[in-house]
Amino acid sequence: MSQESLVEIRDLNFTYDSRPVLTGINMTIPRGKVVAVMGISGCGKTTTLRLIGGQLKPTSGTVRVGGKVVHELDSDGLYDLRRRMGMLFQFGALFTDMSVYDNIAFQMREHTNLPETLIHDLVLMKLHAVGLRGAHHLMPAELSGGMARRVALARAIALDPMLMMYDEPFAGLDPISLAIVGELIRKLNDALGASSIVVTHDVQESLKIVDYVYFVSEGRIVAEGTAEDMKNSEVPYVHQFVWGEADGPVPFQYPSRPYGQELMASAVRRG
Amino acid sequence: MRCVVDNQLTRALRGLGQQFTSRIWRLGFASRFFLAVLLHSGTALRRLHLTIREIYFTGVLSLIIILVSGLFVGMVLGLQGYDTLARYGSTEALGVLVSLSLVRELGPVVAALLFASRAGSAITAEIGMMKATEQLSAMEMMAVDPIARVVAPRFWGGVISMPLLAALFSAMGIFGGYLVGVQLIGVDEGSFWSQMQAAVDFREDIVNGVIKSFVFGIIVSWVAVFEGYDAEPTAEGVSGATTRTVVTSSLAILAADFILTAFMFTGT
Repeated sequence: MSQESLVEIRDLNFTYDSRPVLTGINMTIPRGKVVAVMGISGCGKTTTLRLIGGQLKPTSGTVRVGGKVVHELDSDGLYDLRRRMGMLFQFGALFTDMSVYDNIAFQMREHTNLPETLIHDLVLMKLHAVGLRGAHHLMPAELSGGMARRVALARAIALDPMLMMYDEPFAGLDPISLAIVGELIRKLNDALGASSIVVTHDVQESLKIVDYVYFVSEGRIVAEGTAEDMKNSEVPYVHQFVWGEADGPVPFQYPSRPYGQELMASAVRRG
Repeated sequence: MRCVVDNQLTRALRGLGQQFTSRIWRLGFASRFFLAVLLHSGTALRRLHLTIREIYFTGVLSLIIILVSGLFVGMVLGLQGYDTLARYGSTEALGVLVSLSLVRELGPVVAALLFASRAGSAITAEIGMMKATEQLSAMEMMAVDPIARVVAPRFWGGVISMPLLAALFSAMGIFGGYLVGVQLIGVDEGSFWSQMQAAVDFREDIVNGVIKSFVFGIIVSWVAVFEGYDAEPTAEGVSGATTRTVVTSSLAILAADFILTAFMFTGT
């Protein structure tokens, strides 16, 4: 494994209920870089994150993080690795029975013996980094979608992880929150010296902040390159995706019988 | 025609078999889950504040329904018991009837049924919602085991709360029986209390009642945490899991009550 790569995925296959979800995936996430994994919903992006985080085991192939094969680790080894990872879930996944402050202090209290006074200062620092220091006393139910996402981001960086994973960080955000979250992903990655994987289908925002892009379709990587490469790509799938075209290799209709045949069948049924 | 009937029969049998095997499989999964909860109970017991918090949510917040129900059950027992005892001219034994009924049977069973509806369903819904909103996944990704951090404290909170609630239910029921029997109907107060004191045996009646409620506490808490953890992460899945908690734990309580009674009370 290259010293420059934090995550290396080789010949990864994952099957769920005998249905192939990922096939022959090869990815490299270099240290210090922000890499996007893009594709339409259900193409296997989130599954890739879960395989990197060890929440799923591959059917074949390997996922190495920091030189360790994730699915070969025992429970202690896996938890040790996860302590150095941070993950932002699609809708934040904040603990609803805890305040913003306690959400961010959670990992510090679980994994360190830091005194409460130091935890207090660290929590405020993390909240300051996402611009929500004044919201530390609020409960998750009192936050807007964008604020919740930023709190979740502060929680994910609580222990200064070496790898950050973002699962649809832009989903459902207004344009201002979207820009703020995008900027935070880039700034925090650079400030922490971490590597980041951003799973998203928000093309315009993510292409502004990422160093490299993998395009996934039906469980396979169909294109990869820098943001600029993707904007200029002639691959039909990438072109349709980047420019948001309704017509292209991704069909609008879910697979079904021909429309005329369907209408005739229902007319016959009605008599 | 015969072939069609055969096919339908085969399908029906296959469906039945599938249901049976899936239930057995689920029971096995629930047993392994129970063992995992016991193995991960160290955190819940070491960091007692987590368990105490759950005792508050499952136990203290169930007090109203337990106490009010206990009072009314005791009052009804007082009325019905007086009516029956009056036929044999032994109304002074009303205290014995009320207390033994409550301590041996109604206290543990009715309190457990109420506990399953009030606290068991709440535990299932909470854990189910945590799963549906990815809070449990988030915890896993933070290298914190949700079974140790979320499930075990709720399980032990329920197990500890149950005998205490059953005891309070019985105490309130005896008070209700006293109100109706002594204060309303006019049974002799001295006979009511002294006969109760003489007839109720600490080992035979009270300890056995406590053992029953402890077992019911394990049943309700186990079912509640398992159903929550195993719930499909959708609104419908959580709703179904909550219903299953109440139904399964109620039936299990009644079945376990029969078995425990058969072993404990041998007619002495």
